[in-house]
Amino acid sequence: MMDAVEILFTASFWVAAIRIASPLIFATLGELICERAGVLNLGIEGIMTAGAFAGWFTVYMGGDLWTGVLVAALVGMAFGLLHSFLTVPLGLSQHVVGIGVTLLATSLTYYVYRLALPEVTSPPKIEPFQPWPVPGLSKLPVVGEALFTQTPLTYLAFVLVIVVAWGLYRTPLGLAVRAVGENPGAVEAQGISVTAVRMGAVMAGSALMAIGGAFLTMSAFNSFFFNMINGRGWVCIALVVFGSWRPGKALLGAILFAAFDAYQIRLQQLSGGVVPYQVFLMLPYALSILALIVVARRATYPKALMVPYQKGER
Amino acid sequence: MRLEPKPAPSLAMSILYPVVAIVVTFIIAGVLVMLADANPFSVFRLVLKGAAGSQFAILETLTRATPLIFTGLAVAVAFRAKLWNIGAEAQLYMGAIITVVLGTGALPLPAIILVPLVMLAALIGGALLLAGPAWLKLRFGVDEVVTTLLLNFIVLLFVSMLLEGVLKDPMALGWPQSPKIIAEAQLPRVITGKRLHYGFVIAVALAIGLWFVMKKTVLGYEMRAVGHNAEAARFLGMPVNGVLMKTALLSGGIAALGGFSEVAGLKGSLTLDLSPGFGYTGIVVAMLAMLNPIGVVFSAIFVAGIFVGAAAMSRTAGVPSYIADVMVATSLLTMVTAIMLSRYRVKWK
Repeated sequence: MMDAVEILFTASFWVAAIRIASPLIFATLGELICERAGVLNLGIEGIMTAGAFAGWFTVYMGGDLWTGVLVAALVGMAFGLLHSFLTVPLGLSQHVVGIGVTLLATSLTYYVYRLALPEVTSPPKIEPFQPWPVPGLSKLPVVGEALFTQTPLTYLAFVLVIVVAWGLYRTPLGLAVRAVGENPGAVEAQGISVTAVRMGAVMAGSALMAIGGAFLTMSAFNSFFFNMINGRGWVCIALVVFGSWRPGKALLGAILFAAFDAYQIRLQQLSGGVVPYQVFLMLPYALSILALIVVARRATYPKALMVPYQKGER
Repeated sequence: MRLEPKPAPSLAMSILYPVVAIVVTFIIAGVLVMLADANPFSVFRLVLKGAAGSQFAILETLTRATPLIFTGLAVAVAFRAKLWNIGAEAQLYMGAIITVVLGTGALPLPAIILVPLVMLAALIGGALLLAGPAWLKLRFGVDEVVTTLLLNFIVLLFVSMLLEGVLKDPMALGWPQSPKIIAEAQLPRVITGKRLHYGFVIAVALAIGLWFVMKKTVLGYEMRAVGHNAEAARFLGMPVNGVLMKTALLSGGIAALGGFSEVAGLKGSLTLDLSPGFGYTGIVVAMLAMLNPIGVVFSAIFVAGIFVGAAAMSRTAGVPSYIADVMVATSLLTMVTAIMLSRYRVKWK
């Protein structure tokens, strides 16, 4: 029993937790931006799959790692454009279009994968991002190793939390994004196009989701597998609610979730097979549902979330 | 750009728009086929041949359509009341689990009693599985989209646990698989020696029954009213929460019957690959049918034909069979767009 507690005080546990949190941070920020602008993006799971493949494939074809990240982001934006075109100006059901985009992005990814690599049995590997210890900071006691011996993409995730929070709350653009999610009529009255702001937000958010997917193939692992996103996108949707649509709280939620995930993996090894391993694997999903129940009562959804906007409509 | 409602489309128009949607889907798929260095026309001919070119192909398509009718109906019923059940996959597996638990000899009963009993048990299991998220939605305001999606992963892990534990077939070497159900629990085949089974007949009967429920009963009227405008329905004194709960029980139960039908009619045992995403494809099936239960039968056969045909085509033409998944997803998006365009006029301004 002692061992189960000791895990929490090992640096390797927290290094793993931060690594597991990284793709969730990207994708949760992405979903948060979409929802703040009033658009629920259920394309997240598929967009992460497409991003995971696009980034990895770019590197596999000889591109460098950052080009891979850029390509993943562009692929994400393309799906964001599709999603937002159908849901914003055409006002189609965000649930149906989101599921459609997930199915399309996933199946297109698998199709292209099979086309490009027809006969492979074991997925080819790339040289992924390497850990890059921050000089000085990585030697800090307690947090140094966990926070500052990560790969550059993890640092980017943390920087983006600050950038998104600053952008949403301190810039006119951020104000416009939040306003179209709360009171689009008032934004239109200011002479700003609700359609443009919402579409832009969904495209930017989708780009982040795709980078979240790319983290898995280019930083956490070094190859692309089928079903590799495995529900992470849906977890991120829960994290946005858990974080009450605020970047800082969402970051906290992602780290808590990831710590729990890292912990269950270690408990699994510790339990020595007495409890079926599937029980441990279920815990993160069950925890997400539990978190939703806990926050549901005081969740304040953006008022215009899932409400299509028509110019001149009251 | 803005949308203006059009007068109700004529019959010709309401057929033309969906047809255009399917044509656009085939054009997009054709471009993807060309990326694979294949001729789209010969590939589509092979798909058609694989789906409907022989008695074997047709029976295979109908067999594959069977679970899709169940999940499509489950989604159609739920979406009609704007209950976003994305968990038909989990409910289907729940039905399959119950079928295996009760059907492998635990109940030594004759087929005439055992089959309906197992079917009812599966129905209840699936109903209860969706009742959970529905209750959380009504009681705490928890969004059912995320809870039903996450339950898909939990239930699949649960199946994996059972197959490596209490439901493991001691005779199956290595591969996680449950024991076969007994003969008395099996659904008969429609034609002896062929794979098409009575699950298909049940599915079609259920579709007709649901069409009746949706069109002619108070519950159907209430479900449509709640889906159309829950606030107005509440204002008119409708028991909105009760209607949503009934919808959830119905939807979850129907999806579970899909799992029952696959095990009792076709596979005989439970495996982790019992459903290659029937629950998710059910969403496409329901939307293509515009949530009409009778339409679900036809859209399920159409979607199943694409899958069966593409699998056959892929073996000879070398185009990855994932083209089927792409076509199905594309048809969903083109179809909802087409339906919208048939009802609204787009003004570019």
